[in-house]
Amino acid sequence: MYPAKFDYYRASSVQEAIQLLQEHEDAKLLAGGHSLIPAMKLRLAQPPALIDIGRIAELRGVTQDNGSIKVGALTVHADVAASDVLQSQCPLLAEAASNVGDRQVRHKGTIGGNLAHADPASDLPAAVLALGGTIHLLGPGGSRQVAAADFFLDLLATDLHEDEVLTAIEVPAISGKTGTAYLKFEHPASGYALCGAAAVVSLNDDGTCAGASLCFNGVTATPHNASAVAAALVGKTLDDATIDQAVNANLSIADPMGDMYASGPYRVEVAKTYAKRALKAARDRA
Amino acid sequence: MTEITVNVNGKSYTREIEPRMLLVHFIRDVLGLTGTNIGCETSVCGACTILMDGQAVKSCTQLAVQADGSDVTTIEGLASNGDLHPVQEGFWEKHGLQCGYCTPGMIMSGVDLLKNNPNPTEDEIRHGIEGNLCRCTGYHNIVKAIQYAAEKMQGGN
Ligand SMILES: Cc1cc2nc3c(=O)[nH]c(=O)nc-3n(C[C@H](O)[C@H](O)[C@H](O)COP(=O)(O)OP(=O)(O)OC[C@H]3O[C@@H](n4cnc5c(N)ncnc54)[C@H](O)[C@@H]3O)c2cc1C
Ligand code: FES
Ligand code: FES
Repeated sequence: MYPAKFDYYRASSVQEAIQLLQEHEDAKLLAGGHSLIPAMKLRLAQPPALIDIGRIAELRGVTQDNGSIKVGALTVHADVAASDVLQSQCPLLAEAASNVGDRQVRHKGTIGGNLAHADPASDLPAAVLALGGTIHLLGPGGSRQVAAADFFLDLLATDLHEDEVLTAIEVPAISGKTGTAYLKFEHPASGYALCGAAAVVSLNDDGTCAGASLCFNGVTATPHNASAVAAALVGKTLDDATIDQAVNANLSIADPMGDMYASGPYRVEVAKTYAKRALKAARDRA
Repeated sequence: MTEITVNVNGKSYTREIEPRMLLVHFIRDVLGLTGTNIGCETSVCGACTILMDGQAVKSCTQLAVQADGSDVTTIEGLASNGDLHPVQEGFWEKHGLQCGYCTPGMIMSGVDLLKNNPNPTEDEIRHGIEGNLCRCTGYHNIVKAIQYAAEKMQGGN
Protein backbone atom coordinates (compact mmCIF):
# COMPACT_ATOMS: atom_id res chain seq x y z
CA MET A 1 0.00 0.00 0.00
CA TYR A 2 2.31 2.72 -1.25
CA PRO A 3 1.31 6.36 -1.43
CA ALA A 4 1.43 7.95 -4.89
CA LYS A 5 4.75 9.56 -5.80
CA PHE A 6 5.63 12.92 -4.35
CA ASP A 7 8.64 15.17 -3.98
CA TYR A 8 10.02 15.34 -0.48
CA TYR A 9 11.41 18.45 1.21
CA ARG A 10 12.54 18.83 4.77
CA ALA A 11 12.18 22.22 6.40
CA SER A 12 14.58 23.14 9.18
CA SER A 13 12.67 26.24 10.27
CA VAL A 14 9.14 27.59 10.07
CA GLN A 15 10.32 30.29 7.67
CA GLU A 16 11.77 27.65 5.36
CA ALA A 17 8.50 25.69 5.52
CA ILE A 18 6.52 28.78 4.51
CA GLN A 19 8.92 29.46 1.65
CA LEU A 20 8.62 25.87 0.43
CA LEU A 21 4.82 26.09 0.63
CA GLN A 22 4.95 29.15 -1.61
CA GLU A 23 7.28 27.48 -4.09
CA HIS A 24 5.36 24.23 -4.43
CA GLU A 25 1.74 24.44 -5.39
CA ASP A 26 -0.58 22.02 -3.58
CA ALA A 27 2.26 20.85 -1.34
CA LYS A 28 1.24 19.51 2.06
CA LEU A 29 2.99 19.86 5.38
CA LEU A 30 3.95 16.58 7.03
CA ALA A 31 3.99 16.60 10.85
CA GLY A 32 3.50 13.20 12.52
CA GLY A 33 1.89 11.79 9.40
CA HIS A 34 -0.81 9.96 11.34
CA SER A 35 -3.70 11.47 9.42
CA LEU A 36 -1.90 12.29 6.19
CA ILE A 37 -0.06 9.00 5.54
CA PRO A 38 -3.18 6.82 6.00
CA ALA A 39 -5.02 9.11 3.57
CA MET A 40 -2.13 8.96 1.09
CA LYS A 41 -1.93 5.17 1.28
CA LEU A 42 -5.60 4.98 0.36
CA ARG A 43 -4.93 7.57 -2.36
CA LEU A 44 -7.55 9.81 -0.81
CA ALA A 45 -4.76 12.38 -0.79
CA GLN A 46 -2.11 12.63 -3.52
CA PRO A 47 -0.12 15.76 -2.81
CA PRO A 48 2.62 16.39 -5.40
CA ALA A 49 5.03 17.44 -2.65
CA LEU A 50 5.44 16.93 1.08
CA ILE A 51 7.21 19.42 3.29
CA ASP A 52 8.40 17.64 6.41
CA ILE A 53 8.23 19.96 9.42
CA GLY A 54 8.64 17.11 11.90
CA ARG A 55 12.12 18.13 13.03
CA ILE A 56 11.55 21.83 13.71
CA ALA A 57 12.43 21.92 17.41
CA GLU A 58 11.04 25.41 17.99
CA LEU A 59 7.54 24.06 17.30
CA ARG A 60 7.68 21.48 20.07
CA GLY A 61 6.98 21.82 23.78
CA VAL A 62 4.77 23.41 26.40
CA THR A 63 5.53 26.89 27.76
CA GLN A 64 3.80 29.01 30.33
CA ASP A 65 3.42 32.75 30.48
CA ASN A 66 1.23 34.90 32.70
CA GLY A 67 -1.83 32.74 33.07
CA SER A 68 -1.71 31.30 29.59
CA ILE A 69 -0.11 28.15 28.27
CA LYS A 70 1.31 27.71 24.79
CA VAL A 71 1.62 24.28 23.25
CA GLY A 72 3.87 24.06 20.20
CA ALA A 73 2.16 22.61 17.13
CA LEU A 74 4.55 19.64 16.92
CA THR A 75 4.04 18.52 20.50
CA VAL A 76 2.91 14.91 20.26
CA HIS A 77 -0.22 13.67 22.02
CA ALA A 78 1.82 11.59 24.51
CA ASP A 79 3.73 14.72 25.60
CA VAL A 80 0.56 16.81 25.86
CA ALA A 81 -1.01 14.08 28.01
CA ALA A 82 2.08 13.79 30.25
CA SER A 83 2.88 17.51 30.58
CA ASP A 84 3.07 18.55 34.25
CA VAL A 85 2.10 22.11 33.35
CA LEU A 86 -0.99 20.99 31.46
CA GLN A 87 -1.98 18.35 34.00
CA SER A 88 -1.98 20.91 36.78
CA GLN A 89 -3.14 24.02 34.94
CA CYS A 90 -5.07 22.86 31.92
CA PRO A 91 -6.01 19.24 32.64
CA LEU A 92 -8.74 19.21 29.98
CA LEU A 93 -6.20 19.35 27.15
CA ALA A 94 -4.04 16.63 28.75
CA GLU A 95 -7.10 14.43 29.29
CA ALA A 96 -8.31 14.87 25.70
CA ALA A 97 -4.84 14.05 24.34
CA SER A 98 -4.67 10.91 26.49
CA ASN A 99 -7.85 9.75 24.73
CA VAL A 100 -6.35 9.89 21.24
CA GLY A 101 -5.86 6.54 19.52
CA ASP A 102 -3.40 4.19 21.18
CA ARG A 103 0.11 4.55 22.60
CA GLN A 104 1.78 4.18 19.19
CA VAL A 105 -0.45 6.89 17.67
CA ARG A 106 0.14 9.20 20.63
CA HIS A 107 3.90 8.90 20.14
CA LYS A 108 3.75 10.35 16.63
CA GLY A 109 0.53 12.35 16.14
CA THR A 110 0.81 16.06 16.94
CA ILE A 111 -1.62 18.57 18.39
CA GLY A 112 -1.08 20.94 15.47
CA GLY A 113 -1.73 18.21 12.91
CA ASN A 114 -4.84 17.13 14.78
CA LEU A 115 -6.35 20.64 14.70
CA ALA A 116 -5.19 21.43 11.16
CA HIS A 117 -6.67 18.19 9.88
CA ALA A 118 -10.01 19.00 11.61
CA ASP A 119 -11.42 15.49 11.56
CA PRO A 120 -14.82 15.82 13.22
CA ALA A 121 -14.20 12.57 15.12
CA SER A 122 -10.92 13.67 16.67
CA ASP A 123 -10.53 14.49 20.35
CA LEU A 124 -8.74 17.81 20.58
CA PRO A 125 -11.00 20.31 18.75
CA ALA A 126 -13.83 20.36 21.31
CA ALA A 127 -11.36 20.61 24.19
CA VAL A 128 -9.59 23.60 22.62
CA LEU A 129 -12.96 25.20 21.85
CA ALA A 130 -14.33 24.65 25.37
CA LEU A 131 -11.20 26.28 26.78
CA GLY A 132 -11.61 29.32 24.56
CA GLY A 133 -8.22 28.55 23.00
CA THR A 134 -6.39 30.52 20.34
CA ILE A 135 -4.66 29.11 17.27
CA HIS A 136 -1.38 30.78 16.26
CA LEU A 137 -0.59 30.82 12.55
CA LEU A 138 2.41 32.08 10.64
CA GLY A 139 2.47 32.87 6.93
CA PRO A 140 4.36 34.99 4.40
CA GLY A 141 2.52 38.08 5.61
CA GLY A 142 3.39 37.47 9.27
CA SER A 143 1.58 35.94 12.18
CA ARG A 144 -2.09 35.96 13.08
CA GLN A 145 -4.18 34.51 15.84
CA VAL A 146 -7.56 32.93 15.38
CA ALA A 147 -10.00 32.05 18.14
CA ALA A 148 -10.83 28.34 18.15
CA ALA A 149 -14.47 29.37 17.65
CA ASP A 150 -13.54 30.84 14.25
CA PHE A 151 -10.95 28.27 13.20
CA PHE A 152 -13.06 25.25 12.30
CA LEU A 153 -15.05 25.98 9.15
CA ASP A 154 -16.38 22.63 8.00
CA LEU A 155 -15.58 18.93 7.75
CA LEU A 156 -11.76 18.78 7.37
CA ALA A 157 -11.72 22.50 6.60
CA THR A 158 -10.19 25.29 8.68
CA ASP A 159 -9.26 28.94 8.41
CA LEU A 160 -5.61 27.90 7.79
CA HIS A 161 -4.39 29.43 4.51
CA GLU A 162 -2.47 27.34 1.99
CA ASP A 163 0.86 28.98 2.71
CA GLU A 164 0.49 29.15 6.49
CA VAL A 165 1.90 26.99 9.27
CA LEU A 166 0.03 26.40 12.50
CA THR A 167 2.71 27.18 15.08
CA ALA A 168 1.03 26.88 18.48
CA ILE A 169 -2.16 26.51 20.45
CA GLU A 170 -2.69 28.89 23.35
CA VAL A 171 -5.04 28.02 26.20
CA PRO A 172 -5.77 29.80 29.48
CA ALA A 173 -4.57 28.25 32.74
CA ILE A 174 -7.50 27.33 34.95
CA SER A 175 -7.95 29.47 38.03
CA GLY A 176 -10.05 29.40 41.18
CA LYS A 177 -12.46 26.55 41.76
CA THR A 178 -12.52 25.14 38.25
CA GLY A 179 -12.91 21.55 37.16
CA THR A 180 -12.77 20.04 33.68
CA ALA A 181 -13.54 16.72 32.05
CA TYR A 182 -13.29 15.09 28.64
CA LEU A 183 -15.41 11.98 28.16
CA LYS A 184 -15.53 10.02 24.95
CA PHE A 185 -17.88 7.42 23.56
CA GLU A 186 -15.56 5.81 21.07
CA HIS A 187 -16.12 3.68 18.06
CA PRO A 188 -15.00 0.26 19.29
CA ALA A 189 -12.90 -0.56 16.22
CA SER A 190 -11.37 2.76 15.17
CA GLY A 191 -11.20 4.38 18.60
CA TYR A 192 -12.30 7.70 17.11
CA ALA A 193 -15.05 9.66 18.86
CA LEU A 194 -18.68 8.96 18.03
CA CYS A 195 -19.19 11.61 20.64
CA GLY A 196 -16.65 13.37 22.85
CA ALA A 197 -17.82 15.84 25.48
CA ALA A 198 -15.50 18.51 26.88
CA ALA A 199 -16.74 20.36 29.96
CA VAL A 200 -15.39 23.22 32.06
CA VAL A 201 -17.16 24.23 35.28
CA SER A 202 -16.15 27.10 37.60
CA LEU A 203 -17.72 27.52 41.01
CA ASN A 204 -18.14 30.56 43.26
CA ASP A 205 -17.16 30.33 46.92
CA ASP A 206 -20.78 29.63 47.84
CA GLY A 207 -20.79 26.62 45.49
CA THR A 208 -22.94 28.17 42.77
CA CYS A 209 -21.80 28.04 39.18
CA ALA A 210 -19.67 31.01 38.12
CA GLY A 211 -19.20 29.89 34.53
CA ALA A 212 -19.34 26.82 32.35
CA SER A 213 -18.53 25.60 28.90
CA LEU A 214 -19.58 22.44 27.07
CA CYS A 215 -18.43 21.38 23.59
CA PHE A 216 -18.65 18.19 21.55
CA ASN A 217 -16.57 16.30 19.03
CA GLY A 218 -17.99 13.73 16.68
CA VAL A 219 -21.58 14.91 16.51
CA THR A 220 -21.38 17.70 13.94
CA ALA A 221 -18.98 18.56 11.10
CA THR A 222 -17.23 21.14 13.27
CA PRO A 223 -17.02 20.97 17.07
CA HIS A 224 -20.36 21.95 18.56
CA ASN A 225 -20.52 24.58 21.30
CA ALA A 226 -23.55 23.98 23.54
CA SER A 227 -23.52 27.52 24.87
CA ALA A 228 -27.20 27.45 25.87
CA VAL A 229 -26.58 24.58 28.29
CA ALA A 230 -23.60 26.39 29.79
CA ALA A 231 -25.57 29.61 30.18
CA ALA A 232 -28.41 27.76 31.91
CA LEU A 233 -26.02 26.55 34.61
CA VAL A 234 -24.60 29.93 35.63
CA GLY A 235 -25.74 31.11 39.06
CA LYS A 236 -27.24 27.74 39.95
CA THR A 237 -26.20 25.24 42.57
CA LEU A 238 -25.07 22.32 40.48
CA ASP A 239 -26.75 19.27 41.93
CA ASP A 240 -27.30 16.35 39.59
CA ALA A 241 -30.93 17.24 38.91
CA THR A 242 -30.02 20.81 37.92
CA ILE A 243 -27.41 19.56 35.44
CA ASP A 244 -29.79 16.95 33.99
CA GLN A 245 -32.52 19.54 33.62
CA ALA A 246 -30.20 22.12 31.98
CA VAL A 247 -29.04 19.56 29.42
CA ASN A 248 -32.54 18.18 28.71
CA ALA A 249 -34.02 21.64 28.23
CA ASN A 250 -31.19 23.34 26.35
CA LEU A 251 -29.14 20.87 24.36
CA SER A 252 -30.25 21.16 20.78
CA ILE A 253 -27.98 20.12 17.95
CA ALA A 254 -29.50 21.04 14.63
CA ASP A 255 -27.29 19.34 12.08
CA PRO A 256 -25.79 16.12 13.45
CA MET A 257 -23.73 13.89 11.17
CA GLY A 258 -24.88 10.37 10.45
CA ASP A 259 -22.92 7.57 8.86
CA MET A 260 -22.82 3.79 8.69
CA TYR A 261 -21.77 3.60 12.33
CA ALA A 262 -24.28 5.91 13.97
CA SER A 263 -27.19 8.03 12.81
CA GLY A 264 -27.43 11.73 13.58
CA PRO A 265 -30.30 11.40 16.09
CA TYR A 266 -28.43 8.59 17.87
CA ARG A 267 -25.34 10.77 18.23
CA VAL A 268 -27.47 13.53 19.74
CA GLU A 269 -28.85 11.09 22.31
CA VAL A 270 -25.34 9.96 23.19
CA ALA A 271 -24.30 13.62 23.43
CA LYS A 272 -27.02 14.25 26.03
CA THR A 273 -25.78 11.44 28.23
CA TYR A 274 -22.15 12.41 27.83
CA ALA A 275 -22.94 16.07 28.50
CA LYS A 276 -24.45 15.17 31.85
CA ARG A 277 -21.58 12.88 32.79
CA ALA A 278 -18.89 15.36 31.72
CA LEU A 279 -20.51 18.31 33.53
CA LYS A 280 -20.90 16.27 36.72
CA ALA A 281 -17.30 15.06 36.53
CA ALA A 282 -16.09 18.64 35.97
CA ARG A 283 -18.18 19.85 38.93
CA ASP A 284 -16.77 17.14 41.18
CA ARG A 285 -13.24 18.11 40.22
CA ALA A 286 -13.78 21.86 40.76
CA MET B 1 15.50 9.14 -4.59
CA THR B 2 16.61 10.29 -1.17
CA GLU B 3 19.49 9.05 0.94
CA ILE B 4 18.72 8.13 4.52
CA THR B 5 20.78 6.73 7.36
CA VAL B 6 18.99 4.73 10.00
CA ASN B 7 20.51 2.93 12.94
CA VAL B 8 18.66 -0.36 13.22
CA ASN B 9 19.38 -2.68 16.15
CA GLY B 10 22.68 -0.95 16.74
CA LYS B 11 23.90 -1.07 13.15
CA SER B 12 23.95 1.94 10.84
CA TYR B 13 22.47 1.56 7.36
CA THR B 14 22.68 4.18 4.59
CA ARG B 15 20.42 3.57 1.60
CA GLU B 16 18.89 5.41 -1.36
CA ILE B 17 15.11 5.12 -1.26
CA GLU B 18 12.00 6.61 -2.79
CA PRO B 19 10.44 9.16 -0.41
CA ARG B 20 7.13 7.31 -0.56
CA MET B 21 8.62 4.13 0.88
CA LEU B 22 7.02 3.20 4.20
CA LEU B 23 9.33 2.48 7.11
CA VAL B 24 8.02 -1.07 7.41
CA HIS B 25 9.01 -1.79 3.79
CA PHE B 26 12.45 -0.29 4.41
CA ILE B 27 12.90 -2.61 7.39
CA ARG B 28 11.56 -5.73 5.66
CA ASP B 29 12.43 -5.34 1.99
CA VAL B 30 15.52 -3.15 1.98
CA LEU B 31 17.20 -4.40 5.14
CA GLY B 32 15.73 -7.92 5.00
CA LEU B 33 14.62 -7.86 8.63
CA THR B 34 11.35 -9.73 8.22
CA GLY B 35 10.59 -10.18 11.93
CA THR B 36 8.42 -7.06 11.79
CA ASN B 37 5.08 -8.11 10.30
CA ILE B 38 2.55 -6.28 8.17
CA GLY B 39 -1.02 -7.01 9.17
CA CYS B 40 -3.70 -4.50 8.27
CA GLU B 41 -1.53 -1.91 6.50
CA THR B 42 -4.08 0.64 7.72
CA SER B 43 -2.57 1.74 11.05
CA VAL B 44 -4.94 -0.33 13.16
CA CYS B 45 -3.47 -3.74 14.07
CA GLY B 46 -0.03 -2.91 15.47
CA ALA B 47 1.69 -5.95 13.89
CA CYS B 48 4.28 -3.57 12.43
CA THR B 49 5.17 -1.93 15.76
CA ILE B 50 8.86 -1.10 16.23
CA LEU B 51 10.69 1.25 18.59
CA MET B 52 11.74 4.51 17.01
CA ASP B 53 14.07 6.49 19.26
CA GLY B 54 12.84 4.32 22.09
CA GLN B 55 9.12 4.74 21.51
CA ALA B 56 6.61 2.27 20.07
CA VAL B 57 5.51 3.37 16.60
CA LYS B 58 3.48 1.70 13.83
CA SER B 59 6.04 1.43 11.06
CA CYS B 60 3.34 1.16 8.36
CA THR B 61 2.31 4.70 9.26
CA GLN B 62 5.71 6.35 8.93
CA LEU B 63 7.70 7.11 5.84
CA ALA B 64 11.23 5.76 5.88
CA VAL B 65 12.47 9.33 5.32
CA GLN B 66 10.91 10.28 8.65
CA ALA B 67 13.24 7.78 10.34
CA ASP B 68 16.38 9.34 8.82
CA GLY B 69 18.88 9.75 11.67
CA SER B 70 16.77 7.73 14.09
CA ASP B 71 17.52 4.70 16.21
CA VAL B 72 15.15 1.87 15.38
CA THR B 73 14.76 -1.35 17.33
CA THR B 74 12.92 -4.29 15.81
CA ILE B 75 12.09 -7.66 17.31
CA GLU B 76 15.43 -8.96 16.01
CA GLY B 77 17.25 -6.45 18.19
CA LEU B 78 15.70 -7.32 21.53
CA ALA B 79 17.65 -10.38 22.59
CA SER B 80 21.22 -9.79 23.72
CA ASN B 81 23.95 -12.40 23.33
CA GLY B 82 21.35 -15.07 22.76
CA ASP B 83 19.42 -14.24 25.92
CA LEU B 84 15.79 -13.43 25.25
CA HIS B 85 14.45 -10.09 26.47
CA PRO B 86 12.22 -10.61 29.55
CA VAL B 87 9.11 -9.77 27.49
CA GLN B 88 10.10 -12.39 24.88
CA GLU B 89 10.73 -14.85 27.68
CA GLY B 90 7.30 -14.03 29.14
CA PHE B 91 5.59 -14.88 25.85
CA TRP B 92 7.49 -18.16 25.80
CA GLU B 93 6.77 -19.08 29.42
CA LYS B 94 3.13 -17.99 29.48
CA HIS B 95 2.17 -19.17 25.99
CA GLY B 96 1.43 -15.61 24.92
CA LEU B 97 0.94 -16.60 21.30
CA GLN B 98 -0.83 -19.02 19.02
CA CYS B 99 -0.22 -18.27 15.35
CA GLY B 100 2.42 -15.68 16.29
CA TYR B 101 1.48 -13.10 13.71
CA CYS B 102 0.77 -10.32 16.17
CA THR B 103 3.62 -11.32 18.45
CA PRO B 104 6.57 -9.18 17.27
CA GLY B 105 4.45 -6.03 17.42
CA MET B 106 2.84 -7.09 20.68
CA ILE B 107 6.25 -7.65 22.26
CA MET B 108 7.52 -4.24 21.11
CA SER B 109 4.45 -2.58 22.64
CA GLY B 110 4.98 -4.59 25.82
CA VAL B 111 8.59 -3.40 26.02
CA ASP B 112 7.47 0.21 25.51
CA LEU B 113 4.72 -0.15 28.11
CA LEU B 114 7.06 -1.53 30.79
CA LYS B 115 9.62 1.18 30.12
CA ASN B 116 7.01 3.82 30.94
CA ASN B 117 5.23 1.86 33.66
CA PRO B 118 7.43 -0.87 35.17
CA ASN B 119 4.71 -2.20 37.46
CA PRO B 120 1.41 -2.02 35.55
CA THR B 121 -1.93 -3.31 36.79
CA GLU B 122 -3.78 -5.79 34.61
CA ASP B 123 -6.04 -2.98 33.47
CA GLU B 124 -3.06 -0.80 32.53
CA ILE B 125 -1.61 -3.67 30.51
CA ARG B 126 -4.88 -4.22 28.64
CA HIS B 127 -5.13 -0.51 27.85
CA GLY B 128 -1.43 -0.28 27.11
CA ILE B 129 -1.69 -2.80 24.28
CA GLU B 130 -4.91 -1.39 22.82
CA GLY B 131 -3.01 -0.53 19.64
CA ASN B 132 -2.21 -4.21 18.99
CA LEU B 133 -4.81 -6.70 17.82
CA CYS B 134 -4.61 -10.45 18.26
CA ARG B 135 -6.96 -12.77 16.40
CA CYS B 136 -6.02 -15.90 18.31
CA THR B 137 -5.29 -15.67 21.99
CA GLY B 138 -8.09 -13.60 23.49
CA TYR B 139 -5.25 -11.58 25.06
CA HIS B 140 -5.35 -13.50 28.32
CA ASN B 141 -1.93 -15.07 28.07
CA ILE B 142 -0.47 -11.95 26.48
CA VAL B 143 -1.37 -10.07 29.65
CA LYS B 144 0.21 -12.85 31.73
CA ALA B 145 3.34 -12.71 29.58
CA ILE B 146 3.73 -8.99 30.20
CA GLN B 147 3.08 -9.49 33.92
CA TYR B 148 5.79 -12.15 33.96
CA ALA B 149 8.20 -9.75 32.30
CA ALA B 150 7.34 -6.94 34.71
CA GLU B 151 8.12 -9.17 37.67
CA LYS B 152 11.32 -10.43 36.13
CA MET B 153 12.54 -6.96 35.21
CA GLN B 154 11.92 -5.78 38.76
CA GLY B 155 14.20 -8.48 40.04
CA GLY B 156 11.51 -10.97 41.04
CA ASN B 157 11.38 -14.60 39.85
C1 LIG C 1 -4.88 4.33 14.14
C2 LIG C 1 -5.14 5.78 14.42
C3 LIG C 1 -6.07 6.12 15.39
C4 LIG C 1 -6.34 7.45 15.66
N1 LIG C 1 -7.24 7.75 16.64
C5 LIG C 1 -7.49 9.05 16.94
C6 LIG C 1 -8.39 9.39 17.99
O1 LIG C 1 -8.97 8.53 18.67
N2 LIG C 1 -8.60 10.71 18.24
C7 LIG C 1 -7.96 11.69 17.54
O2 LIG C 1 -8.16 12.86 17.83
N3 LIG C 1 -7.11 11.39 16.54
C8 LIG C 1 -6.86 10.10 16.23
N4 LIG C 1 -5.96 9.81 15.23
C9 LIG C 1 -5.38 10.92 14.44
C10 LIG C 1 -4.14 11.47 15.12
O3 LIG C 1 -4.50 12.25 16.22
C11 LIG C 1 -3.33 12.30 14.14
O4 LIG C 1 -2.04 12.22 14.57
C12 LIG C 1 -3.65 13.76 14.04
O5 LIG C 1 -4.99 13.91 13.70
C13 LIG C 1 -2.82 14.41 12.95
O6 LIG C 1 -1.56 14.80 13.46
P1 LIG C 1 -0.23 14.50 12.66
O7 LIG C 1 0.85 15.22 13.36
O8 LIG C 1 -0.07 13.05 12.51
O9 LIG C 1 -0.53 15.24 11.28
P2 LIG C 1 -0.21 14.84 9.78
O10 LIG C 1 -0.85 13.57 9.43
O11 LIG C 1 1.23 14.99 9.51
O12 LIG C 1 -0.98 16.04 9.05
C14 LIG C 1 -2.38 16.11 9.01
C15 LIG C 1 -2.81 17.34 8.22
O13 LIG C 1 -2.53 18.54 8.92
C16 LIG C 1 -1.61 19.35 8.20
N5 LIG C 1 -0.67 19.88 9.19
C17 LIG C 1 0.04 19.15 10.09
N6 LIG C 1 0.74 19.96 10.90
C18 LIG C 1 0.50 21.22 10.50
C19 LIG C 1 0.94 22.50 10.95
N7 LIG C 1 1.76 22.65 12.00
N8 LIG C 1 0.48 23.60 10.29
C20 LIG C 1 -0.38 23.48 9.26
N9 LIG C 1 -0.83 22.29 8.78
C21 LIG C 1 -0.40 21.18 9.40
C22 LIG C 1 -0.98 18.44 7.17
O14 LIG C 1 -0.58 19.16 6.04
C23 LIG C 1 -2.11 17.49 6.88
O15 LIG C 1 -3.00 18.05 5.96
C24 LIG C 1 -5.67 8.48 14.93
C25 LIG C 1 -4.74 8.14 13.95
C26 LIG C 1 -4.47 6.81 13.69
C27 LIG C 1 -3.45 6.48 12.64
S1 FES D 1 0.27 -3.19 9.65
FE1 FES D 1 0.75 -1.37 10.67
S2 FES D 1 -0.87 -1.18 12.07
FE2 FES D 1 -1.45 -2.96 10.95
S1 FES E 1 -1.29 -15.13 18.08
FE1 FES E 1 -2.34 -15.15 16.22
S2 FES E 1 -2.82 -13.04 15.97
FE2 FES E 1 -2.06 -13.09 17.96
